[in-house]
Amino acid sequence: MSGYVEGVIILVCINVIAVLGVSILTGFTRLFSFGNAGFMAIGAYASAILTTKYGAPFPVALVVGPIIAAIAALGLGKLTLKLKGDYFLITTLGFGESIRLLFLFAEPITGGARGLSGIPPKTTLFIAIGITVLAFLGAWNFLRSKYGRNLMAIREQEIAAEAVGIDTAKFKEYSFMISAAYAGMAGALLAHYYMFISPIMFNLPKSAELTITVVIGGLGSLSGSVLATILLTVLPEVFRSAAEYRMLLYGLAVVVIIVLKPSGLMGYREFSLRPIFKLYERIFKKNDPTQTKGDGK
Amino acid sequence: MKPILTITNLHKHFGGVKAINDFSVTLEKGKIYGLIGPNGAGKTTIFNTITGIYDPTMGNIALNGESIVGKAPYEISNLGIARTFQNIRLFGNLSVLDNVIIACHVDAKYGLFEAMTKFGRFKKNEEDIKEKCLKLLQFVGLEEMRDDIAGALPYGHQRKLEIARALATNPDLLLLDEPAAGMNEKESEELVRFIQNIHENFDLTILLIEHHMDFVMSLCDEIAVLNFGSTIFMGSPAEVKSNPAVIEAYLGGEDDA
Repeated sequence: MSGYVEGVIILVCINVIAVLGVSILTGFTRLFSFGNAGFMAIGAYASAILTTKYGAPFPVALVVGPIIAAIAALGLGKLTLKLKGDYFLITTLGFGESIRLLFLFAEPITGGARGLSGIPPKTTLFIAIGITVLAFLGAWNFLRSKYGRNLMAIREQEIAAEAVGIDTAKFKEYSFMISAAYAGMAGALLAHYYMFISPIMFNLPKSAELTITVVIGGLGSLSGSVLATILLTVLPEVFRSAAEYRMLLYGLAVVVIIVLKPSGLMGYREFSLRPIFKLYERIFKKNDPTQTKGDGK
Repeated sequence: MKPILTITNLHKHFGGVKAINDFSVTLEKGKIYGLIGPNGAGKTTIFNTITGIYDPTMGNIALNGESIVGKAPYEISNLGIARTFQNIRLFGNLSVLDNVIIACHVDAKYGLFEAMTKFGRFKKNEEDIKEKCLKLLQFVGLEEMRDDIAGALPYGHQRKLEIARALATNPDLLLLDEPAAGMNEKESEELVRFIQNIHENFDLTILLIEHHMDFVMSLCDEIAVLNFGSTIFMGSPAEVKSNPAVIEAYLGGEDDA
């Protein structure tokens, strides 16, 4: 496989991991965040500092990065999760930008605007795909357990969720922390793929991109989020010459989708092959006399 | 009989409005109670105060002798008080079965790691919960619609689903806020039998708010009549019917009795 294709796949994997976190937070708990790039930055810098300055092994960095991001989310969540939707969104926006500026000004540790270089290239294709698969399965199972169901209850009807005994404040915190841990993992992989990180990589447009991807894929569909990430990462690579217009296209895509199908490409459904089989069956068995009754419906 | 819920001198004021003004009641275990009164008498406010959505301005609410004032709604639910809402609050985009399964979260003892990997107690817990919920749906007559989206159900079925969801939390005390709202005579007669059935099968104490007089009279053991946030009378259906103060405040201008 050529290095270029390999690179695109690794980028897709990293974005998928970050988007999965936003999907749990925004798609399944209906908490909008414009600060997840901040958690990516925390994961990236924490892991990169560990491997470059302290010589820590890569697996340790991959565990510590997400944990520090989750702890930051716990702290921020304690302060802000009691706020209603829009106000919470504003605080995440402020948080993301503050984190970026913090890393920009903490020059002795982070290298400031010049960035942090000399990070060992540890993110291989194998590791990227392996962690992405684990991250997806973990999120999938999580959403089909009491944890995910409690989050969906909060999304659907918060007062009723409290009335059936769900500690909504605690589960919102869980959701926020898991989303931050996923972002931290994506950041750690990114740092050890590019071998260089700088604060500008984790700016507001990056946060917006993550949330927009979830909206396009479907608010409430994990597979929809993955499909949208693949689409939105690969398309700009294919149309390299038009890549500068990427954010313009994102904006247009969001407007079109919100107008035509507000629940996103997949809505609340998960991707499955069944409709394709059904379609195939219908075309294939069109001339079958026993099927005519069914077709008339 | 042992009291399950004791409310003493409860007050709830919103600014200058005294929504509940010195309300006291003692609910004995295993009975069905009705709470009636004209619109704006403070009935739903009492429910919201019992379930912790509002903190009382003054007074005490005790469940099995222990005060529950100041506890969060979810804590009060876990202590054994379940409720339905006047304007139905289902998890609209989820399936009928999921609506009930969500309410069983206390029965799921597994931790986060077990949930993400499906190891350990996960499978057994989930199977038990599903079985319990299917039984509940069968009991309320919704098992055929278990995969339907809750928000798309007909109104009467939504009411029943909300009751099934409340039952799934294993309550001792069930609060029903206008269960017969919007139902015709035949439907509300059926609902009387439905609630009696629940009462017998789940070993419950029930407190309900309702405007349909026939419904309250045929179902409740005791009725509290509320006006301007205070109890004006409490007694059996026959006593309520014949009490002049009640007739003046509530039944007087209304349909019948």
